[in-house]
Amino acid sequence: MFESLSDKLQGVFENLATRGRLSERDVNAALREVRLALLEADVNYKVVREFVGRIKERAIGLEVMESLTPAQQVVKIVNEELVKLLGDPAPLNLSGPPPLVLMLVGLQGAGKTTMAAKLALRLRKQGQRPLLVAADIYRPAAIAQLETLGRQIDIPVHNEGTEVAPSSIVKNAMRIAREKAYTVLILDTAGRLQIDEAMMQELEQIRLVARPADVLLVVDAMTGQEAVSVAQGFHERVPVTGLVMTKIDGDARGGAALSIRQVTGVPIKFLGTSEKMDGLEPFHSDRLAGRILGMGDVLTLIEKASDGISEEDALAMEERLAGGQFDFEDFRDQLQKLQRLGSIQDILKMVPGMGQMARQLDGQDLNSDLKQIEAIINSMTTQERRLPSVLNASRRRRIAGGSGTTVEDVNQLVKRFRDMQKMMKQAGMLGDQRGTKKKRRRRRQREPDSEGILASLRQGRLS
Amino acid sequence: MLRRLFGRQQEKTADDVRIEESLQKTRSGIFSQIGSLFQENEVSDALWEELEEALIVADVGMDTTVELVESTRARVQQEGIRRSEDAYLVLKQEMVKLLEAEEPLQIEEPRILTVVLVVGVNGSGKTTTIGKLALRYKEKGKRVVLAAGDTFRAAAIDQLQIWGERAGVDVIAQAPGSDPAAVLFDAIRASQESRNADLLITDTAGRLQNKFNLMQELEKIRRVAAKQVHRAPHETLLVLDASTGQNAILQAKGFEEASGVTGIILTKLDSSAKGGAVLNIKKQLGIPVRFVGTGEKLEDLAEFEPVTFVEGLLGE
Ligand SMILES: Nc1nc2c(ncn2[C@@H]2O[C@H](COP(=O)(O)OP(=O)(O)O)[C@@H](O)[C@H]2O)c(=O)[nH]1
Ligand SMILES: Nc1nc2c(ncn2[C@@H]2O[C@H](COP(=O)(O)OP(=O)(O)O)[C@@H](O)[C@H]2O)c(=O)[nH]1
Ligand SMILES: [Mg+2]
Ligand SMILES: [Mg+2]
Repeated sequence: MFESLSDKLQGVFENLATRGRLSERDVNAALREVRLALLEADVNYKVVREFVGRIKERAIGLEVMESLTPAQQVVKIVNEELVKLLGDPAPLNLSGPPPLVLMLVGLQGAGKTTMAAKLALRLRKQGQRPLLVAADIYRPAAIAQLETLGRQIDIPVHNEGTEVAPSSIVKNAMRIAREKAYTVLILDTAGRLQIDEAMMQELEQIRLVARPADVLLVVDAMTGQEAVSVAQGFHERVPVTGLVMTKIDGDARGGAALSIRQVTGVPIKFLGTSEKMDGLEPFHSDRLAGRILGMGDVLTLIEKASDGISEEDALAMEERLAGGQFDFEDFRDQLQKLQRLGSIQDILKMVPGMGQMARQLDGQDLNSDLKQIEAIINSMTTQERRLPSVLNASRRRRIAGGSGTTVEDVNQLVKRFRDMQKMMKQAGMLGDQRGTKKKRRRRRQREPDSEGILASLRQGRLS
Repeated sequence: MLRRLFGRQQEKTADDVRIEESLQKTRSGIFSQIGSLFQENEVSDALWEELEEALIVADVGMDTTVELVESTRARVQQEGIRRSEDAYLVLKQEMVKLLEAEEPLQIEEPRILTVVLVVGVNGSGKTTTIGKLALRYKEKGKRVVLAAGDTFRAAAIDQLQIWGERAGVDVIAQAPGSDPAAVLFDAIRASQESRNADLLITDTAGRLQNKFNLMQELEKIRRVAAKQVHRAPHETLLVLDASTGQNAILQAKGFEEASGVTGIILTKLDSSAKGGAVLNIKKQLGIPVRFVGTGEKLEDLAEFEPVTFVEGLLGE
C-alpha cells in the first residue's frame, strides 16, 4: 500500500540535517514527494501543480521550529493548505418555503440512488417529511431499486414508470408534495456522462421545473484524473451547489474531491460510508486532508501536540526552563498532557522517524512507568514538588510508601530529574547570550532534544 | 524534551488573498486541453514531459508512466530516431506490446459447461456487462444461462432479469438476501440439467476490495464452482470503471487475491475517461483486458483492441 507522505518526507530530510531555515533545495526535494503523494491520491495533475507551487512559496525560508521536524513542518503546511482548499463543511440548503427540492446528479454507478435514500432518512430524523422521486427512467430496475430502499426506510417514493419524461414526473411530484404536505423532495436522476448532450439537456429541463434548493453532484471516491472534466461538465449545465463523495469506506484516497472543489469552488457536503442506509457522514476537511495524504495519524498527533499547550503556556514554560525553574509540578503537568495523547508507543509510532524508538520500547511497559512516576510525584507535598532539594531520606521513605514504590525508585526519579534540570539550565544559559526571544526560538533546535526525557525515563526505569 | 511533542502553534504565514487569486486563475485558465504531443518535429525534452503528463492524466499511474517513457526514450536514442512522429510510433508500440494478452480467452474453448464469474466494486457495471456478454455469446451459438449472484443490492435481481430478457437468455435467481454460493450451486445444476446450457455467467454483488468478509464470500463462491465443474470458474472477469484512478491497481490486487482474476472488462469507455489504469494493472499483475463497455445498450460491448485503445488514450 501507499507509504505515507510523512515517511517519505522523513527520508528526504534525513540527509539534509536542516538547520535554521528550509532552503530551496530542501524544499524542492520535499515537494517532489508531495507532488507524488497527491498524484497517488488522484488529485488532478494540474491542480497538483498549482497546489505545489503554493506550498513552495510558504515553505522556502520558513524557520525550522523546535517542536516539529522539517518533515513534519512541510506536512503541516501541506495539510493546512489542503484543509483550506477543501473548505468548510456545508449543510444542506433547507431555507425557503417547503416543499424544497434536492436534486442528485452524477455519472452512472456513482451512488446517487443510494445517497437519495440515505438523505431522505437523515432528513426525516431531522423532522422533515421527505418524498423520494424516481426520475431515472433508463437504468433497468432503477425504480424498483429506489422503491426497495424506500420500503426499507419507510419513506414514500413517487414513480410514474418509465414512459413519462423525467421533468413531467418531477412536476407531478411537486404538486403531490404540496397537496400532501411533504417538505422535501429528493430527486434521483439517471446517471449520465457530462459529454452526453441529450441527457444533459434533460437535466437542464428537470432543473428548470424543480428549481432545486440544492443540486448535489455525487462522485465516487475512486474517481481518477477525469473528475475535473466531469465536475466542470455538470457544473456548466446545472450549477452544482454541493459535492457528495461516496464509497469512502473503500481504500481510495479520494483526491478527486480536492480537484473538484478547486475547479468548481462548490462545497463538499457529505460522504457515503457504506451501502447501508445509515452510511452517511458529514464531511470534515481535516480528515479528508489526512486521508488524501495517507497519514491521518501523524496529523492527528501534530494537532494534538499543538493543542496540548497554548502559545502562552509555551512561552511561560520557556522562561521557566531557561531560568532553571522547571520543577516537579511542571514535570507532572507535562506527563499528564503526554498521557492524554495516548500510549507512548502509539504516539511515537505516529511521529515520523520515531518508529524505530517505538519498536525498541515495544513490550516494555513504559506507560506503567509513567503512571509510577506520576504516583511518586503525587505523593510529594506541594513544597517538595516546588523545591526538590528538601527531599531528604525520611521524606523519600514516606513518598515511596505513599506511592507504593521503593525508596530506590524515588531516588532514581529524583536523580533523573536533577540531570534534566541541569541540562535545561545549560540550554537556558546558551540562549541568554543570544538575547531576543525570536533568536532563542531558533536556537532551541540545538538544545538537548526530545530524546532527553525519553532516554532519561528509559535509563531511570523504576523497578 | 517533552516540548518537542507539545509544539507551539505555528504562525500563520498564508496569504489568503493570494490563494484566492490563484484559485480564480486555475478555474479559468489551466484546464485547457493538452495539444497533440507529436506535432512538433524534433524530439525534445518538452516532448517527453508532455508525454508523461498525457499518461498521468489518463490515470496510467506514476510508476508505469515513468517506465513507459523511459523505455520509449531508450529505444528512440538507440535507434537514432529524430522526428517526433516516429518517437510517437515507438511509444505506441511499447504500449501495445504491454497490453497484448499472452493467452486466449477461455470462454469459447469447447467444454461441457463453461463457468464465468464476474466480480468488481460497487457500480462498476457488472450486471450491465453480463447482459451484453449474454447476447454476444448467444449470437455465437452458445446456450447461455445467467446466475443472479447479487442477492444484496436493492433490485439487483430484477435488473439482471431485465437484461436476461433483453438478451433472450434464462436467469437463475433466488430471493433477495439468499446465499450467493447457493444461487451459483443451483444455477450450475440447472445449467447441467434442465437448461442444457454450455455457458453460465455469474453476477456478484459489488464489493470494495478492502472488505475482508465480502472478499471471503467470493472465495466461497469460487469453491462451489470448482467443486461442481472441472476447473471452474474458467474465467473470472474483473469489471473496472474507466474513470477509476489509482485505486484500480488495488482493486485488481484485492480481487486477484480473493478470486484469481483472469481478465478485465473496462466499462464506460464512452465517457471522457481514458482508462489508462489498465496499463498499470497489466504491467504489475499481467492481467489482460478482454472487453470494453462503450454504452448502456445491449450491443455496447467490444473486444479489447490494444491499438485502438492506445490511440484513444493518446488522443488521436
Ligand atoms: N461501499 C459503498 N457502496 C456504495 C456507497 N454508495 C453507493 N454504493 C453502492 O454503489 C453501487 C451503485 O450505487 P447506486 O446508488 O445504484 O448508484 P447510481 O447509479 O449513481 O444511482 C451500489 O452497489 C451501491 O450499493 C457507499 O458509500 N459505500
Ligand atoms: N456509459 C456507460 N454506462 C455504463 C456502462 N456499463 C454500465 N453502465 C452504467 O453503469 C451503472 C452501473 O451499472 P451496473 O451494471 O448496475 O453496475 P454493477 O453495480 O457493477 O452491477 C448503470 O447505470 C449502467 O447503465 C458503459 O459501458 N457505459
Ligand atoms: Mg441510480
Ligand atoms: Mg450489479
